[in-house]
This record gives sequence, C-alpha cells and structure tokens, in this order.
Amino acid sequence: MSSKVQILFKNIHKEDSHTYKVARDGGGYKQAEKALTMSTEDVIDEVKRAGIRGRGGAGFPAGLKWSFIPKDNSRAKYLVCNADEGEPGTCKDRDIIRYAPHLLIEGMIIAAFAVGAERGYIYIRGEFVREAEILEQAIKEAKENGFLGEKINGSDVKFELAIHRGAGAYVCGEETGLLESLEGKKGQPRVKPPFPANIGLWGGPTVINNVETLAAVPSIIENGGEWYSKLGVEKSSGTKLFSISGHVNKPGNYEVELGIPMKTLIEEYAGGVKGGWENLKGVIPGGASSAILPKDVCETITMDYDAIAKAGSMLGSGAMIVLDNSVCIVKAIERLSRFYRHESCGQCTPCREGTGWLSQIMTRIEAGKGVEDDIDLLLSIGNNISGKTICALGDAAVGPVSGSIKAFRDEYIYHVEHGRCMVG
Amino acid sequence: MSVMQEDTQQEKPQFSASAMKQVDEIFSRYPDDRRASALMPVLHLAQSEFGGWLSRSALDYVAEVVGVAPIRCYEVATFYTMYNLKPVGKYHVQVCTNISCWLCDSDNVVKTLEDKVQVKMGSTTQDNRFTLSEVECLGACINAPMMQVNDDYFENLTADRVSEIIDRLP
Repeated sequence: MSSKVQILFKNIHKEDSHTYKVARDGGGYKQAEKALTMSTEDVIDEVKRAGIRGRGGAGFPAGLKWSFIPKDNSRAKYLVCNADEGEPGTCKDRDIIRYAPHLLIEGMIIAAFAVGAERGYIYIRGEFVREAEILEQAIKEAKENGFLGEKINGSDVKFELAIHRGAGAYVCGEETGLLESLEGKKGQPRVKPPFPANIGLWGGPTVINNVETLAAVPSIIENGGEWYSKLGVEKSSGTKLFSISGHVNKPGNYEVELGIPMKTLIEEYAGGVKGGWENLKGVIPGGASSAILPKDVCETITMDYDAIAKAGSMLGSGAMIVLDNSVCIVKAIERLSRFYRHESCGQCTPCREGTGWLSQIMTRIEAGKGVEDDIDLLLSIGNNISGKTICALGDAAVGPVSGSIKAFRDEYIYHVEHGRCMVG
Repeated sequence: MSVMQEDTQQEKPQFSASAMKQVDEIFSRYPDDRRASALMPVLHLAQSEFGGWLSRSALDYVAEVVGVAPIRCYEVATFYTMYNLKPVGKYHVQVCTNISCWLCDSDNVVKTLEDKVQVKMGSTTQDNRFTLSEVECLGACINAPMMQVNDDYFENLTADRVSEIIDRLP
C-alpha cells in the first residue's frame, strides 16, 4: 500500500492555492466539466463504486446517501456542505477551505448536478471568519468564471451557492441541527425519520456532506470510482485527513490512505510521541467523542473504520489526540465532560440532565471528593443516555467517559482512594 | 428574560445605509419565501454594527428587519454562544481550553492573559479594552494552544507571544 497518494492536499502547497487561477491551472473544474457531460446516474454510480464514506464522523457511504434523493420529484432539492467543524481535535476541513476552496466548490457542483439540487449552502462555523471570507471570494471567482449560477459552463445546469455562518453551537454539526440552524432557528436536531434525503432543508430533499467528502469527489470523477476504491483498505477506501494534536513532535493535518497503522502515522508523519513512543499513554482516535485507546492497542491498530470500531472506539472525524504519560486521564475526561454539558442543546432529558451529571461526578472525582461507587454510577448514567436521545451528542458524551473507565479504571480508582491524580 | 440586557442608550438601534445594503445581500442568499434564514447572518451584522453586543432593543430591531416575531429572535440569540448579550470590551479575547489546547498548556495562556490585563476569565477590564473568555474548541487543534482576538486566530502560543500580541493591539 502506497501512502503517498494526495487527493485533497495535492495542490495546497502551491503559492496562492486558494485562488481560481492557481486552482484552474492545476486542473481545477475539469472534473466538473466532465461530470456535466455524464448522466446523473453515472456520476452517482462512480461515487458509489468508490465506496467513500462520510468524512464528518458518521462514516455513511456518500454515494448511497446521494441515491436516496427521490427522482422525478418536483420539490426543490438542496445540497448542504457541513463545514461546522467543531469536534474537539478536528481541524482538517479548515485547511481544505483555506488552501483548496475551489476543490470543495467543484465537488459541490458535481454533487449538486448528480442529485438535481439547484441551490446549495456551505454551513461554516461562526468563528471561522477569515475562512468564510476566503470561501466567499472563491464563490465569487467561480461565479465570474461560469461555474456557479445559471447555465454552468454553458450547460442547462443551474447551481447557486451561498455561505451560512453558524454562531457557536457544536450541535449544529449534527446534520438536522444544522438544517434547523440554516432555517434560522435554534440548532436542535430533528427526529429521524424522515431523513433529510426526503424532508430536509425547508422540507425539500437534501443531501448533507462534510467538506472533506465533497472535496474528494473531483478525484473520483477524474480517475473513476474503481480507482478510488482501491486506495485504502476494504470498506475503508480512499485517503483521509488526520488531524494529529496533543503530545506529538509535529502536530498537523496529514493525508494518508485509510488503513495505515496508527503507530506509523504518529511516528513517521507526526514526528513521534513527545518523549518517545514509550511515553505514550493513549490516543483518542477520532475526535473527542471517540473512546480513548490505550498504548497496547495503539501498537498494532490500523486507522480504518472497521479496525477502530472493533477496538470499541470510532474513526469519527479522524482527529487523533495523543496523550503522553504525564496526563491524568480523569482530568482529561473531566474537561471533555464539561464540553458536552455545555453543548447539549437541552431538548432530550437523558442528554440535558445526563451530561450535567457526568460532568459533576467527573469534577467531584477530579477534586478528590469521589467515592468508588461513582465509577459505576458514571457507567450507569451513560447507559441511560446512550441510544435514548434524538441525536448522537448524548452518545458522544458517554464515549469518552465509558471508554476511559474501560481502559484506565485503575486511574479512576486511584483518584477516589487517594483523592488525587496517579500522575504528576 | 434576565439573560437579555436593556441598552443604556435611549436611541433605537438603526442600521446605516451601507449596513442595509448588506442586509439586502443577505436576503438574496435565500429563497424569497425563506427570509427567516437570514436571522443568524443579520444578527452577526447587527452585533458588529452595534458595538460588539446585542441589547434587547437591538434584538427587537433585528426581528423587525428580518420579519420574524421577537421571541424567535430571542431564542436564536440566546442559543448560540457567539451572540454577546452583554457588552464586551474593544478586544474580545477568547481562549480555547478544550482538550488539544489543554494538553499543550492552555492553562498558561489563561494565566498569562489574566496577569497581563488584570481581570479573570469571563470579565471585562474597567477601561472596556479587554474581555477575556474561556471557550470550547475553535478548530485549530494542530496549532495548540490558541486564542481568538475578535475575528482573528492566534496560534502556537507561548506566554511571550501572548504578551506580545496583547501589547501590539492598537
């Protein structure tokens, strides 16, 4: 397996890579031109054949998602790009937006054509002010050059694209919370079904894809779905951006084929764990919501959807947070529990109340006031949240707590017995 | 509602002519019959036009401009953390203390800032120059620790760099 294929980051090292001119000179919009000469079915088939799974966290096959949009339906259809990057540890979409905005727009043109959407939005997190400005400029350039608006590239295809800025709510990264927000409301997720493919934005059939997913589409049109499906490993095809943060020597966003061993990724790309591999305590493999994997699992695990799921965690957004031996697990998870409590939208009781309880108990243990029963109490509260809420935020709050108790129960016990951290 | 504050000025907030042009541009992004979608961008605009925060009367004004009931506007403004419902200083300094930044010693960024401007997180200096806030992940984790000053990110911070950034603000 070669790990040198670059799809998303191919052109980002060029000077002014965010401009239309540099993008176009590097082959930008050629695949949009090509897709527009294909049938919509053929475009969807190529993406299906590629096997690309949603890069936002859920990992749902993108081609399948597109194929759920009802055909021969007179209702207006919409395409929405989820750029509400907020999963702690994740900052990959930001680099696509800053350095390859035209790649994203090209992917959106192709997706919109495939599903018959004439209007699209990029929902970008509110704090990304400068990033939104770059996108705004890129949209303007694409429009001036005939790739957005009426009669794209001289065809009968129409696609209007606009930006919608969020305003600081993690839950809007959930696709139906995002739609509510786009409709000008509180970002409280919707009950599903109906799924957005049937009833989405303003009641119309809607496809919502992550930035990274959409930015990979031009390469699938260029080289074919089969080519893409051979990158990576079975059921985890393609390349993926990994945001590696925390205790590594060279934190960064790295594009590699899925299935790469975690240890290779950390040692050969991210410059290794601070203080050496032996100083590793564990890795949160797919953003804050994923359960931490202890060092012995990290030794051999590969970075693909199935391998990480089998280990009891998830690939999620591909944000790897590396923790060395100086970290108190209880303190780290206490910080995350505070986050979920803050971000719970409040509509489902198990999440609204449960995230508060998790956070309070974690704080109690961290403060040295916990008792041993608290550990099982945390698990019990987790059981009463998981699967009992409208969206996945509840489960996301539970994952770090239950995962860390499973892997580092001894640290929790030490904390309640001694009233302080095992480390430091 | 206690979370919303009345404006101390008696004058009703009003968009300038150029801000009104921006409002029209915002409306053009959505279908004509879906104008409520403009609520969030118009709130962002109002916040920057009206001194960095949204008073009760500013919210009423935005509701009127967008054409939604005031309660809809209050709901949205109170749900999202970026809408400031009380005055903030000239520079709103927001420090991420979530996991990736915390692992890279965001505690030190917090301490440096608090020592430097002599207020605690969540407060504004007496001269209204700085408001310090602790915030959740801002999505720049590979360049941790980081902070945001108004619209700009400052990344790969050290105590010295934080000091220097604060000193250099005009």
